[in-house]
Amino acid sequence: MSRSLAEVFDQARHEGRAALIGYLPAGFPTAQESVELIRAMVDGGVDIVEVGLPYSDPLMDGPDIQAAVEQALGGGTTTDVVLDVVEQVSAHGITAVVMTYWNPIERYGVDRFATRLAQAGGHGVITPDLTPEEAAAWIDATGRNDLDRVFLVAPSSTDARIDRVASVSSGFLYAASTMGVTGARAQVSSAAPELVERARHATDLPVCVGLGVSTGDQAAEVAAYADGVIVGSAFVRRILQAASPAEAREQVGLLAADLAEGVRRRPA
Amino acid sequence: MTTTQEHQPGHFGPYGGRFVPEALTAALDELEQAFDLACADPTFALELSELERTYTGRPSPLTFASRFSLECGGARVYLKREDLNHTGSHKINNVLGQALLTRRMGKQRVIAETGAGQHGVATATAAALMGLECTVYMGEEDTRRQALNVARMRLLGAEVVPVTAGSRTLKDAINEAMRDWVTTVERTHYVLGTVTGPAPFPRMVRHFHEVIGRETREQILAVEGRLPDAAVACVGGGSNAMGLFSGFLDDPQVQLRGYEAGGEGVATGRHASRFATGAPGVLHGARTYVMQDEWGQTMPSHSISAGLDYPGVGPEHAWLHDTGRAVYEPVDDAEAMAAFEVLCRTEGIIPAIETAHALAGAMRLGRELGPGAIIVINLSGRGDKDVATAAEWFGLPGAGA
Repeated sequence: MSRSLAEVFDQARHEGRAALIGYLPAGFPTAQESVELIRAMVDGGVDIVEVGLPYSDPLMDGPDIQAAVEQALGGGTTTDVVLDVVEQVSAHGITAVVMTYWNPIERYGVDRFATRLAQAGGHGVITPDLTPEEAAAWIDATGRNDLDRVFLVAPSSTDARIDRVASVSSGFLYAASTMGVTGARAQVSSAAPELVERARHATDLPVCVGLGVSTGDQAAEVAAYADGVIVGSAFVRRILQAASPAEAREQVGLLAADLAEGVRRRPA
Repeated sequence: MTTTQEHQPGHFGPYGGRFVPEALTAALDELEQAFDLACADPTFALELSELERTYTGRPSPLTFASRFSLECGGARVYLKREDLNHTGSHKINNVLGQALLTRRMGKQRVIAETGAGQHGVATATAAALMGLECTVYMGEEDTRRQALNVARMRLLGAEVVPVTAGSRTLKDAINEAMRDWVTTVERTHYVLGTVTGPAPFPRMVRHFHEVIGRETREQILAVEGRLPDAAVACVGGGSNAMGLFSGFLDDPQVQLRGYEAGGEGVATGRHASRFATGAPGVLHGARTYVMQDEWGQTMPSHSISAGLDYPGVGPEHAWLHDTGRAVYEPVDDAEAMAAFEVLCRTEGIIPAIETAHALAGAMRLGRELGPGAIIVINLSGRGDKDVATAAEWFGLPGAGA
């Protein structure tokens, strides 16, 4: 049995550091390889894994993740495959959540998806294109299955909006550091600290920052003010560039270790 | 208030809504507020109607198609001539409204997606007129099919970005426009070209096209002394259809008929017949009928007409379909092209291939309704952009040379 999100954040807090959250799409490059890559990520120091559900129209994603999910879909990755990946990594004691656009959940059946995910050992779902206004059925289904619901806030969110989003969230609040799509960036947005500060007025939930983090130094910078650091595209890019599955696992492990050191770094 | 007004704000029955990244919520709220304020401001309406009169060339005529009527079982067929608008289609109605809103919101840049290129050309036109920067996203496949419109946009000063992701058509152009918008939203307005997308787009785009239905209603009453038996339009995203239908929604005696692209035939799987084969789902920010597989992945659509080649449809159409107020049927490529040729030869009007789907539908419907029936068709666009495609289809001498 893997630890809950709350337990992971509690322990990180106890250790005086931010949690490290890593994203990888299920089925990329194959279902089995994605399980191995997730294990390499966790062995390298990732605390929580976001298992991505590949979707045909990833309009929040930049080129790296688009390429990865296209490959995963081409390889026949379905929602059932994603749930199977969650089940396999959970069996290894890994704390996993699913990251998905909304339509695949609606098509699978909102209750059915929540039930199956809970059975597979998943702890929650991040839904980047679901707004609280459209989430009534989802709130019911996740509540019944004891799953955490992670919604997003952005630099453009008003304080009232952050209140609203936080009020339906559980597990943690996902603060998108910048106005834009996923992808590694040279600098993490200067809007992120202010957004996290505003989010803290609205909620006691852990506030995690994603979009644009790709190095240990950036992770350290974000860890200084956030409860969690989320990294996705940088992992995906290393896999896309790897010449072999073994090299991909090695690169993922190295990046995870670099980031894990970053979230543990003490401010000078 | 009509029978299909939104139930919950931003919804049409269970359809519509907002399924977007949180980063866009503030911009959509700002847009909605600007739109509602503009609607309540008589100077906005005045400014827009002046542009429609002196720039677009409105009102567009209603043409009695006497020889084409003979091909429609003797029903009396009228053509609402949106093809005669400046830029050659109905798209300019929406674009001028949104460009005025862009200025009111103090933004300096517009972006747009385009399929056939008509919406891209209209947006590039309005941007030139109002001194706005303009970027248009267009599927690479469509830039080939609609090369003339790519050249027009560039002449008008717009940047045209060919989109090479996914199926390289309209759906992928929308994804790319959304990605641009979420990154540049502070100074950029996304001029969405049809009645799809997150609220308030479906309601707002319909509003700017209601002039079609308003004029048609007045014009047919003036010439025939009664309402038509049917109002007919092609439906991709569905903006020209919503514009026409809006004039007759509260007149139950007027049948509303929408024709979607049957492509190579619905049975072949290569089509864009959302109502014939799709299921409710979420695409591009709204709940509506979507061509999707059992896992909720969007299926590729196909049509000879780039403007109808889209796997989703406006959420208000989804609601009109479910309530039975409007009826939607597929028209395949061959039937549309046959109607295209008939209109060319009977009326001396070369229609857009999109529009040809509505013409084919009217030929079917006319035979069903019989002589004495009155049908109005939204002639949503002209076919200059389609001349090469049509020449190739009909094997005209010189085609493909």
